[in-house]
Amino acid sequence: MDLLNALVALTNFVIVPGLAYGSQLALGALGVTLIYGILRFSNFAHGDTMAFGAMVTILFTWMFQSAGLSAGPLPTALLALPFGILGTIALALVTDRTVYRFYRQQKAKPVIFVMVSLGVMFMMNGIVRFIIGPGDQRFTDGERFVISARTFKQLTGLQEGLAIKTTEALTVITAVIVVAALFWFLNKTRTGKSMRAYSDNEDLALLSGINPERVVMYTWMIVAALATIAGVLYGLDKSFKPFTYFQLLLPIFASAIVGGLGNPIGAIAGGFIIAFSEVTITYAWKKVLTYGLPDSLAPDGLVQLLSTDYKFAVSFAILIVVLLFKPTGLFKGKAV
Amino acid sequence: MTDTMKHTLLFVFVGVMILAEGMTDFLFFSGSWNSALVILNMGLISAIMAIGVNIQWGFAGLFNVGIMGFTALGGLAVVLVSTPVIPAAWSSGGVSIVMALVMGALTVVAAVMITKFMPAGKLRALVLAVVLIAGFFVYRAIFDPAVGSVEAINPALQGNIGGLGLPVLLAWPAGGLLAAGAAWLIGKTALGLRSDYLAIATLGIAEIIIAVLKNEDWLSRGVKNVVGLPRPLPYEVDLQNDPSFVERAASWGMDPVTASTVYVKAGYALMFTVVLLALLWMAQMALKSPWGRMMRAIRDNETAAEAMGKDVTRRHLQIFVLGSAICGIAGAMMTTLDSQMTPGTYNPLRFTFLIWVMVIVGGSGNNFGAVLGGMLIWFFWIKVEPMGILLMELVTSGMGEGSALKAHLMESASHMRLFTMGLILLLVLRFSPRGLIPEK
Repeated sequence: MDLLNALVALTNFVIVPGLAYGSQLALGALGVTLIYGILRFSNFAHGDTMAFGAMVTILFTWMFQSAGLSAGPLPTALLALPFGILGTIALALVTDRTVYRFYRQQKAKPVIFVMVSLGVMFMMNGIVRFIIGPGDQRFTDGERFVISARTFKQLTGLQEGLAIKTTEALTVITAVIVVAALFWFLNKTRTGKSMRAYSDNEDLALLSGINPERVVMYTWMIVAALATIAGVLYGLDKSFKPFTYFQLLLPIFASAIVGGLGNPIGAIAGGFIIAFSEVTITYAWKKVLTYGLPDSLAPDGLVQLLSTDYKFAVSFAILIVVLLFKPTGLFKGKAV
Repeated sequence: MTDTMKHTLLFVFVGVMILAEGMTDFLFFSGSWNSALVILNMGLISAIMAIGVNIQWGFAGLFNVGIMGFTALGGLAVVLVSTPVIPAAWSSGGVSIVMALVMGALTVVAAVMITKFMPAGKLRALVLAVVLIAGFFVYRAIFDPAVGSVEAINPALQGNIGGLGLPVLLAWPAGGLLAAGAAWLIGKTALGLRSDYLAIATLGIAEIIIAVLKNEDWLSRGVKNVVGLPRPLPYEVDLQNDPSFVERAASWGMDPVTASTVYVKAGYALMFTVVLLALLWMAQMALKSPWGRMMRAIRDNETAAEAMGKDVTRRHLQIFVLGSAICGIAGAMMTTLDSQMTPGTYNPLRFTFLIWVMVIVGGSGNNFGAVLGGMLIWFFWIKVEPMGILLMELVTSGMGEGSALKAHLMESASHMRLFTMGLILLLVLRFSPRGLIPEK
């Protein structure tokens, strides 16, 4: 029995990856939730917006890399990120102008908006594949680890190593900063307040002179920024491949819905709930248990509840269970 | 020009396109009857799927984004019905697997009973947790070793429990039944949700079904695929070795290899057409009946229909099951056509969202629209790639031979497919939101 080693193994294989993945999902789910709260539909194109943002950032990263620019130990992609955000904002605003605004003026039903977002999803997916191709793209550089397993073992003399990738640390820190900035914006600024007012009660907001087109514009800009950041962080941490981003749509929706659609705090909580349940249910607990339990109780098998291929299945099983008991999510979302 | 005329012309257009594919290699056509029949066959299957979705969305306004799951279940039915029985698998672990599954189902039933009949409180939560956790571990204790022993049997070719060894055509209705059963279970739990939530729940359930098919090797061989499924038509090789067929082919002026492939594909086309016409006829009859009128009344105003005494939840469940069953039949037909079950290839872009494009472009609420959409969009899905290459050749014709941009554009032309499908969908939603053949 060796509690310290058990704790290190748990941190290394469950807590650190869970925190990083949870932050990525939370940022994605915040975008979905904002669109739902203000434009009042589930945006199926969100995964592909993330892919587009990440793609623009990758193209700028490559440009900077070939020009010899770098961010030292940090990935060059951080320098390219603002350009990626600008590109995605442009795309989001053009899409809103050419596609969504028409249906807004028609006061179309939410389900029509969802169908329209399917069309946008197809087109964005096509554009990304057209420009960068369907394959895997690598754009990570800089220092690989904040602390590697070997250094950790040498430092502490423990049997288990703890490795924290730069990208994981970066993900969590960036997510904290972004979320803080977003909440400051929503709660303290005039525009943020008018966005919240519009989301709470459209008619009342219109009566008090809030310009809906401005609110919608700001929403798209924020969502585009969030999507790009989430997409780049995911790409740095794992890898960039257009199809993976399309598949991310599923856990992102699950996060937003579990937390309660339209509720930003719910989106963040949902992201971590989904991430940690995926990691804990598909992790083989043998190592942690072997350290943590007395020898006589040490497990024989891998103690894995489900095989890792069931990751998506886990997020949806949770989604459905939550919807059955709390139809608007854990944190009381909207029901339009 | 009357509407009927216009709609007939649309069908004629699709027919002419497919004929042109067979007859000429002008522009993007390939001039091969084989390719024309391949397009026709998948077009017919797509049309059937589109009818299934149209019944749910067009008749009743149910937003089901889990079509892929039902299609895949249809495919699974082919494996379970038509592959030969593997006695060794059954004697070594098949029975235990079934027992484990029954055990798992009983656990869920018990959990549902507890939530229903015990008063809410800490005690109920505790009992529920104990039942679920104990159930899970007992299930795994029976299930895991049984799966291990089944999957150990001849893993290169089998490793699954096999099927019933029945004629493959029986798999088509069986696929419908399997999908209907799954739809009933899903509908019971998810149909209370409002439209977007229902969409996302069905999307997730379809992913779960695919995850199960990909990982439960004892059932579907997972990503190792089940190949060489029985076919309702003779093999091309056998036809080529049959002197009377070779003679007939010669009398048509074709070489035996082409003649045999065309013969088999035309045979499939005939069978699919029969199924399509039968389903189309039934869907039309249903739409025109009082039942169809009730469905549309519920779709247009749920509250009013409820006030008239219609049981909206029951009707929704009914139509969800019916529509999904049709998708299951189409899935079984598709797996039969391919002669293989490949769980890894099911992808929501192709098997869910593309079907939605078909229904919306064709005209939701109109069965003929769904059929037209299925055939037309499938034709474009296949042909956009050669069209894109043609377009790119035109665009890049002025560029130098070794130009990097030219190489990239030519290479990317094939990705025009998704872009074009999105564009078609958006244009139709904008300028003809009721589709090419609108609801009457």
